[in-house]
Amino acid sequence: MLMAALRRLGQTVFVLFGISALVFAVFFATPGADPTARIAGKNASPQTMQKVRQEYGFDRPLPVQYAIMMKKLFITQDLASYADRGELVVPEIIRAAPVTVSLVCGAAVIWVVVSIAMGTLAAALKGTWIDRTLMMLGLIGISIPVFWLGQVANLITQNRYHDTWLFSWVPALGYVPFTQSPWGWFKALVIPWVVLAVLFIGVYSRVLRADLVALSGEDFIRTARAKGLSPSRILIRHGLRTAMVTFVSLFGMDFAQLVGGGALLTEVVFGLPGVGRLTYQALTNLDLPLIMATVMYSAVFVVLANAAVDMIYLLLDPRVRDAR
Amino acid sequence: MPANMPPSALLDVRNLRVSFPARGQMIPIVDGVSFTLNHQDILGLVGESGSGKSVTALALMGLIDAPGVQVTGSVCFRDQELVGMPQKKLRHLRGKEIAMIFQDPMTAFTPVYTIGWQIDEQIRAHERVSRQQARARTVKLLGDMGVPDPERTANRYPHQLSGGLRQRAMIAMALSCNPSLLIADEPTTALDVTVQAQILELIRSLRDTHHSSILLITHDMGVVAETCDNTMVLYSGRVAEYGPTSALFASPSHPYTAGLLASIPPLDGPRPLRLPAIAGAPPLPQNRPAGCAFSPRCPYAHTACTTALPPYIATGPDHFAACVLPQEGTPLPTRIRNELVQESPQP
Amino acid sequence: MTHSTSASAQDTRPPGPWRMALRSLRRNRSAVFSLGVLVFLAIASLLAPYYARYVAHTDPFVSNVAGSIMLNGQEVDIMQPNDNLLHLGLSPIGPTWHGSYLLGADSQGRDVAARLLYGGRNSLLISFCSAALCLVLAAVVGIAAGFCGGIVDIILSRMMDIMWSVPVYLFAISLSIVTLSDGLHLGPFIIESDNLILPICIIALVYVPYAARPIRGRVMALREAEFVMAARCLGVPRWRIVLQDILPNVTSTLVVLGPLIMAMSLLAESALSFLSIGVQAPAASWGTLIQDGEGLIYTRPMVAIAPGLAIVAVVLALNILGDGLRDALDVRDASHREQ
Repeated sequence: MLMAALRRLGQTVFVLFGISALVFAVFFATPGADPTARIAGKNASPQTMQKVRQEYGFDRPLPVQYAIMMKKLFITQDLASYADRGELVVPEIIRAAPVTVSLVCGAAVIWVVVSIAMGTLAAALKGTWIDRTLMMLGLIGISIPVFWLGQVANLITQNRYHDTWLFSWVPALGYVPFTQSPWGWFKALVIPWVVLAVLFIGVYSRVLRADLVALSGEDFIRTARAKGLSPSRILIRHGLRTAMVTFVSLFGMDFAQLVGGGALLTEVVFGLPGVGRLTYQALTNLDLPLIMATVMYSAVFVVLANAAVDMIYLLLDPRVRDAR
Repeated sequence: MPANMPPSALLDVRNLRVSFPARGQMIPIVDGVSFTLNHQDILGLVGESGSGKSVTALALMGLIDAPGVQVTGSVCFRDQELVGMPQKKLRHLRGKEIAMIFQDPMTAFTPVYTIGWQIDEQIRAHERVSRQQARARTVKLLGDMGVPDPERTANRYPHQLSGGLRQRAMIAMALSCNPSLLIADEPTTALDVTVQAQILELIRSLRDTHHSSILLITHDMGVVAETCDNTMVLYSGRVAEYGPTSALFASPSHPYTAGLLASIPPLDGPRPLRLPAIAGAPPLPQNRPAGCAFSPRCPYAHTACTTALPPYIATGPDHFAACVLPQEGTPLPTRIRNELVQESPQP
Repeated sequence: MTHSTSASAQDTRPPGPWRMALRSLRRNRSAVFSLGVLVFLAIASLLAPYYARYVAHTDPFVSNVAGSIMLNGQEVDIMQPNDNLLHLGLSPIGPTWHGSYLLGADSQGRDVAARLLYGGRNSLLISFCSAALCLVLAAVVGIAAGFCGGIVDIILSRMMDIMWSVPVYLFAISLSIVTLSDGLHLGPFIIESDNLILPICIIALVYVPYAARPIRGRVMALREAEFVMAARCLGVPRWRIVLQDILPNVTSTLVVLGPLIMAMSLLAESALSFLSIGVQAPAASWGTLIQDGEGLIYTRPMVAIAPGLAIVAVVLALNILGDGLRDALDVRDASHREQ
């Protein structure tokens, strides 16, 4: 167990290094224009260019540039944005993070609950029209671009049907901090939660159903039936519990990726000032340091979260616990 | 098959037929199997792979629920008809009155729960006992089955135990509610030879310690000879021969049984260079010949065999064979003659 | 061994695995229907340059704010006053049934129906090409890692792990934004920033880890298969084993992954274009059309809804087709995952 954890730690450190090198390479070693110009932003003065070149060491070899960049990102955290009048980038990201976390957590609750219900129901009723309908709904959910679904949701809840009893409670687009008004926070986020969850409900319910159906042919399910257990107990305590092992590892990855910026499109459409929308704003005014910082921080977050999920995986599956 | 059975029989199977749909047809995998099992008896069910042994066992448990499968005939267990019994009622018999041990103890336990948890679960599914009481019984059962340090073993996961220990735990789980019938589906096939003997010994002892009747499914004639009171030989989904083990081994009445026995190496006398084998392979259930299913491989086959199903002929007390030969007076040698068997190819 | 080289199969021989798969796919009605929808949409949008002018009667790439059309014998401005109380501001004309502006106009007075056709052309081209490129790259990586094993496998797999850790859309955004301002300079080759090759390469690249993983798994299983072992024992050179034994058997995985990757590419392309870092104006794609419609969503929702429905239709058809292919070819490890 300890050895497994240590090995995982070593792997994590390696991947962290790899990912920082990759992101650095994408932003500063892509053949094309001078990275100085990219950092300095559009129409920068020669003085600014000179200052940027000095600050980031673009006249020095790549490894030195890499070291400087990492120091500015993670140690001194004084990476500044030039397009946005010298705003410090890292605190900006940290300020935006709670919004993203609120959005993703709520959506995660919805998609986990709904997809477990849908997947289990479909597996229990395998081959019936209910099964086929649920799985087709899941496939449709997978096929809808989330930003378009968000727009359609806005059209319905903010405009066309806003004056009916059904959606009159929906507040205008934007975010309300939880500390300011929990109820307002909830109301502002319900629609984005559902929209963000749709894709994952589709993916997870289909994966779960497939897993449960595959498991139903396993010997241990036959044993459970031979023990005289009820079908629901077999499906839930034996089938679902075993399928949870895959489910959790998938969930960890998707959750981390969403918090790390995958929810960008949802944030943009609903005007939620999270990390994703920060990235989007940086895109529109070509604020490279900010984009790089968000990408770097999210990648690091994803790696750390994956490592954490692996630890949970160790707890969930006794086989893995001993094997490594 | 045996006609007048004493009412005390624990299990009375009449004309059991299990048909699976394939290409718009119903293919009988098990075709008219009948037998009885008395209290505290051990019945061996022998046959090669695909002869319908396991399907018979699963049908007895009501565990066959593939879409479109038809189970007909009668399975009478303690004067209750099991065929057509609603699953809800059947569930209360399963695990409590009829328990089953499976071939591969590796995959037969749910991997994410401890052994003890899974045995407790069965006890608590059928009896109103507290967690502690269930666990106490689990530990005692494991100990009875010869599991060392049962308390700690109960808290271990299936993959942490050896194959033999897992099979002992499996048997403990099957016995946890004192079932009157225990079905063991090839319980030793997946185990090492030395462990096999121990497990067989354990199964043999159950009839005295737990007063269980046992239906032992195997393809190993040696196991049958050591363990069973009665033996039933299945061939291509039908009963070929049924009788007391000693009588069946001493004077087989069906050429197939004789062939099976001939393929066991003799314990004494000169050792043959090659063991004899029965030529050919059993027919697929969808193209069984019109008459006796064994006729294409049988050296004694003649017109009577290929036109109609052979009747069950009594050849001794409680000894029956589905073959025309005993009636016609053709004797079968105890050790089969050379024309029936073919030298097995050099490995 | 499945040698698919002997294609001249006579009718007397039992059907090969591909024939069997085709047969079972043909029985799958929803998959056949999806394929029909895809072929229809592909032809409709690929032929857009030849007939779109009969749909639009105006150039779909030129602003037409001052234009007007004939409706019921009356001349109607394309930009019309809003129907609010004060008639403040202008909105483009809505859907009409009179030959042009079937789906209305966008904020620059351009015909949405015609732009939808041209946009579909770009969307389908990009997603198809990037899926193809992605599969080629993934096949190379997956076969190299799975077949060579050892240090090659470790290096390639770790690289895939690292790429896998960056959220797909963020990775694509990063690559787009650095190439967007100045294009890509590869020695003497300069790819301009409005070249469609850029989004194609970017989307193909970010999905390589996704496709390479199942391929590597398949190859590793094949490497241990008896017929490959036999070939190795016979001293068949490694490159011939890869070409003759591995590649034909990996093809089924590739065929199943194809539509699924294309579905994801289409979604990624539309997302990038929606963020205005994919297809660059004046060219259109379904993503840019939704972006155009964003400001008009409450007044002229059809501008954004139409391209969205087109995306949903194509992605859904691709997913159903992929599912059908997976069932027909019985490939389990090509799991259906989405960012």
